[in-house]
Amino acid sequence: MSTRRRRVLLVSSSGGHWTELRRLAPAFDACERVWCSVLPEMRAQVAPDAFHLVPDASRWNKLRLLWSALRVALVLLRVRPDVVVSTGAAPGFFAISLAWLVGARSVWVDSIANAEELSLSGQKATRVATLTLTQWPSLGEALPTDAAARRRGTVYFGGSVV
Amino acid sequence: MIFVTVGSQLGFDRMTAAVAQWARARGRTDLFFQTGATAADLRGFASEPLLGASEIARLYDEADLVVAHAGTGSIIECMLRGKPIIVLPRSAALHETRNDHQFATARCFAERAGVHVAWNESELAPLLDRAVDPRGGISGGAGIGPFADERLLAALRAFVAE
Repeated sequence: MSTRRRRVLLVSSSGGHWTELRRLAPAFDACERVWCSVLPEMRAQVAPDAFHLVPDASRWNKLRLLWSALRVALVLLRVRPDVVVSTGAAPGFFAISLAWLVGARSVWVDSIANAEELSLSGQKATRVATLTLTQWPSLGEALPTDAAARRRGTVYFGGSVV
Repeated sequence: MIFVTVGSQLGFDRMTAAVAQWARARGRTDLFFQTGATAADLRGFASEPLLGASEIARLYDEADLVVAHAGTGSIIECMLRGKPIIVLPRSAALHETRNDHQFATARCFAERAGVHVAWNESELAPLLDRAVDPRGGISGGAGIGPFADERLLAALRAFVAE
C-alpha cells in the first residue's frame, strides 16, 4: 500500500442513484474523492470535491450508450482512481466495467430500489466488479471481513444507505 | 403545501391527474406539481416539467406532504426531513417504467415511519384525505441522518484500505 491518499471515483446517474451515492461520502473521508455524474448542477452539491460531467444514457439508445461509455473512459484515464464506486445506473456500470483500464478496484452498491432482485446493470456489474454489494439481506451472502474469503461474482449484503 | 413529484426521468400522468382531480374536488390550490412530460390538465395549479436541484430542495423543505412515484430519491428526501410521503409505484404493464421494481421498493419502505403507499391511483384520494386531516393518522417519521448506515460505510472503508 502506497503512502499517498487513495483516490476514489464515485460515479452514478441522476435521481435516486445520485442521492444514494452521496450518502456514501463519509466512507471516503480519508481518500481523495472525485465525483462523476450527469447534471452540471451536481458540481455544487459535492464541492469542494472534484466533479466530472458525463452524458447519461439508457439501454434504449445504443449510440448514446456508446458515447457515454467513451466519456466515462476518458474520465477514468484523467482521474486514474485507485477505487471506483457506483450505485448505478449506466455511467456507473461503464466505470466499473472499464476500471481495469487504470488498474482500479471497483465496488458496485446496488440501489436500494432493487429490493427483490438485483438491477439489470447490477447483475452485469457482478461479473466485473471487484466487490458487489446489495442493500437487502435477502439478496446477498454475509460479507466476510477477510477480503481473501470473498469471491468475485458473489453478491454480498453490505448494509443500507438509509 | 403539497409537493407532487414524478422524479427526473419520465412523466407519470396516472398519478399527476389523480392528485389534480382530488385537489379540485376538495377546492385546494396549494399544490406544486413536478410532472415530467404530461398531458394532464393542471390549470389553476403551479407546475413545472422539471426542476433544478435547489428548487427541488426548497419544495421538499416547504412541503407539508409529498406525493411521489415510489422512487428511492423521493423517499429518501422525505425521510431526511421527517416529512410524510405518499407513493404510487410505477407499473411496467402500463409502460410507466421498465420493470416493477417500484412495487418492491414500496413494499420494503412501507414499513418505515412516514412512508405511505397507494397501491393504485384509486387509493390516492382516501390517503390524501387522511393526510390532510390532523386526525388521519398520517405523519412523517423521526427523520434519518444524512449518510448511509455505519455498517455500509465501514464495509466500504475496509474495501478501500485493502
